[in-house]
Amino acid sequence: MDQLVFLILSIISIGAALAVIFSRNPVYSVLFLIVTFFSIAGHYVLLNAQFLFIVHIIVYAGAILVLFLFVIMLLNLNKTDQTEKSMLPKVAGAISGGLLLIVLLGAVKGLNQAEAAQAVNADMGSVKNLGKILFDEYLLPFEISSTLFLSAMIGAVMLGKKNLKDH
Amino acid sequence: MQALSNTVTNYLVLASILFAIGVMGVLVRRNIIIIFMSIELMLNAVNLLLVAFSVFHNDASSQVFVFFIMAVAAAEITVGLAILVMIYRNTGSVDINALNKLKW
Repeated sequence: MDQLVFLILSIISIGAALAVIFSRNPVYSVLFLIVTFFSIAGHYVLLNAQFLFIVHIIVYAGAILVLFLFVIMLLNLNKTDQTEKSMLPKVAGAISGGLLLIVLLGAVKGLNQAEAAQAVNADMGSVKNLGKILFDEYLLPFEISSTLFLSAMIGAVMLGKKNLKDH
Repeated sequence: MQALSNTVTNYLVLASILFAIGVMGVLVRRNIIIIFMSIELMLNAVNLLLVAFSVFHNDASSQVFVFFIMAVAAAEITVGLAILVMIYRNTGSVDINALNKLKW
């Protein structure tokens, strides 16, 4: 049962990821990226990571993809690009990506299966357990990431200004 | 307690394929927005693999790391899209071939 769900989710995520990079219209790319993110969220459910499932949906589908769509609509980029220039860089890029995939799969194949804990602790990825770890062991990185967000926000506002000389 | 029938090798293969698709997107496409999406794909492949290892090794701290990676990705996309808007304002396109001033 688990295996079947894993297979279906994997096929959906790989197909949607391929559609992201090969569709001509950027809006379709964003929509396929949403499909990919939801299938990865399904993988998180399959792995019993409920907290990350929620955070993934909120951060990616709720914030990042809305931002992408907003920028595409704002810049009026929702038209198909028909720049058919040289094919050589595209073919070279595709071949290098494929070679990277072959190297990674070869490394995975040469790996001997380590002794993994097969009995899974069901509430390890729960909000309660991860919250305890996050606010106990990782309190300082958590606070530093809030500073990172503040600086990113200020940076985005500064970059988005029309002309800095006017202010 | 529940036994998972999937092995960690399945997740390794899946994450490798997703990561390679992301690399291919960065190399093949010339549109900056698509390149950003490919970077997101690569980050998600790594996140998925971290969660899989965390579950199969019964260690919750890598899920906290995935949380921090998501935070950094959100900040990166915010600044990146602001830079993209500025590039569009100055060059009138989102094609990275328009940015060849630093090219050797």
